[in-house]
Amino acid sequence: MTAGTAREEILRRIRAAAVPPAPEPPRHYLRHAPGLDPHDREAGLALFAERLEEYGARVLRADAPGPAVARVLDDEGARSLVVPDGLPADWTAGWTGRVRVDRPPLGKAELDATDAVLTGCAAAVADSGTLVLDGGAAQGRRAATLLPDLHVCVVRAAQVHSALPGALARLDPARPLTFVSGPSATADIEMIRVKGVHGPRRLAVVLLE
Amino acid sequence: MSRSFLGWPAFPQASEREVGNRQLRENVRRATHTIRGKRAVLAAERPDWEQLRDSAAAIKDQVLAGLEEHLLRVEEKVTAAGGTVHWARDAAEANRIVTDLVRATGEREIVKVKSMLTEEIGLDAALEAAGINARETDLAATIVQLGDDLPSHVVVPALHRNRTEIREIFAREMGRHGRPAPEGLTDDPAELAEAARLHLREKFLGAKVAVSGANFVVAETGTLVVVESEGNGRMCLTLADTLISVVGIEKTVPTWQDLEVFLQLLARNATGERMAPYTSTWTGTVDGDGPRDFHLVLVDNGRTRALADPVGRQALRCIRCGACMNTCPVYERTGGHAYGSVYPGPIGAILNPLLKGVDDSQTASLPYASTLCGACNEVCPVRIRFTDVLLDLRAQVADGGQHPVERAALGAVGAVMERPAAWKAAVKGAGLVGPLLPGRTRLPGPLGGWTENRALPDVPRESFRSWWKRNEGERA
Repeated sequence: MTAGTAREEILRRIRAAAVPPAPEPPRHYLRHAPGLDPHDREAGLALFAERLEEYGARVLRADAPGPAVARVLDDEGARSLVVPDGLPADWTAGWTGRVRVDRPPLGKAELDATDAVLTGCAAAVADSGTLVLDGGAAQGRRAATLLPDLHVCVVRAAQVHSALPGALARLDPARPLTFVSGPSATADIEMIRVKGVHGPRRLAVVLLE
Repeated sequence: MSRSFLGWPAFPQASEREVGNRQLRENVRRATHTIRGKRAVLAAERPDWEQLRDSAAAIKDQVLAGLEEHLLRVEEKVTAAGGTVHWARDAAEANRIVTDLVRATGEREIVKVKSMLTEEIGLDAALEAAGINARETDLAATIVQLGDDLPSHVVVPALHRNRTEIREIFAREMGRHGRPAPEGLTDDPAELAEAARLHLREKFLGAKVAVSGANFVVAETGTLVVVESEGNGRMCLTLADTLISVVGIEKTVPTWQDLEVFLQLLARNATGERMAPYTSTWTGTVDGDGPRDFHLVLVDNGRTRALADPVGRQALRCIRCGACMNTCPVYERTGGHAYGSVYPGPIGAILNPLLKGVDDSQTASLPYASTLCGACNEVCPVRIRFTDVLLDLRAQVADGGQHPVERAALGAVGAVMERPAAWKAAVKGAGLVGPLLPGRTRLPGPLGGWTENRALPDVPRESFRSWWKRNEGERA
């Protein structure tokens, strides 16, 4: 049988099921984080930081990226860092370790052997402590944010949405998106949460105000 | 050889074996109660929880009402974004498509993201028969695969295993499939997770082909969504050159905006988290980032059969959060294997008969694997009325002649209830006969099946009707 036949057959079965039309879905849920005044910027940023810390991520609030990034990398014992092409130079200016730009793209083994990765993000969500990467400015390709064991992410306060609906509306579905809510984790063994399996085991966020 | 549920005994026989396993009962009880507690806290945190459920149910009903249109949109958008769409009527066809795609790459070992659909269709075994070694990468799926075991839960497939058993499986099996477990591995969950990290890392770095499922497919944009915790999903979706996603046709959602409903419900209800650690979305292929070849295999395998069932089609709203099994008193006692399917618990009790029909004794037994307590109705994020579907399926089984005793008994009860005098006589009679059955634990004759796994309650001496008349009726 050809593939075309399977397609036609499935579509025929769907039509034969004669499902009656369904009404337009209601959308009466909140569009901001519960219990949070959507106009209170500071409360939103505080919630974002609190949620990230609950996941075991480290949060530094700073006026400028350079010193905060250097502090995190030193505290975490990182000696090598990969950055996407086009990352602002001042983000790494204060750090003395080895910085490699992912251009031309580093091999998987090279990324795996690198201690840390530094990126910006496309959006963030306070309610769930989520960072969203879309491969755009200061973010690079997905493999580079996956293989190093420490991910340092610089988030501008203006990028933090109160809840998911606001962030989703701003994102471009045509881009490959990664929503990161805390470091890699599992609860597959007796439902005990273990931080860090395959993705970066440590996550640090520099929140720029 | 990968194990399967093929030829599994009917629920009463399978559950009898499982409830005899004390270790299993303890493992399942501990795990389900832990998730239930976490879920309850995070659901209560949303004042708009019921509104989110209303929206989710209504969106999924829209999906089912316009499924042809949504699937054609998916096909158009995925193709436009550089992907290739395949259609599979059943498991054999889906397995053949994936096997041919992998063969065309020349690869003999591939990596997989946990997917219940690929378990449903027996993909690992089909690939194995073609000489292709498909390695599971989710921690629980790895435990199941290394232990030559079967999944017992849709979110936590190795929920029936405790840490001691997992340590033993890792120490014994990892070396046979790649990097061995570290010397002196203990049963500390963090150490076990680290062993899995090391074992799988070399597979991720070397893999050229990955197979995934998807939690959602957005029709409007052709975007696939995978929700996961460990990062094994990101590894597979990002590092492989060829990505093959095998997805049930009911996984569609109409619009990008609809994700705001499902992504806020899913992790809260599945694992008691606000969001799972990682949610990945992709639309076709992107130059310089991720796989160069992307294939989407849309699978029917009984879904259109379920769709044609006016009561049962609501089961296709399911987003596989597992909350129904975590809350089910039957699942808690039998564990997942008793259901003879990768879909256990309340959703399995309705989905399997709907996908496969009730004309074999295994699927026909599943609508009876329930006390009809309705706890599953209360936690379902897409408001599946499990009890309605269970009762309707029982009627289908009865009409098919599977349970003549129940049909006869219900017929007799109906006849008696239609005549008040006969009903009065019957309940009074029971009160008189009850005391004559001391220590009796089984009903006699053809009704004995009912008491096989239940204690016969004491029959009160006096009927409620007569008690009411004596106590309240006089006051009124």
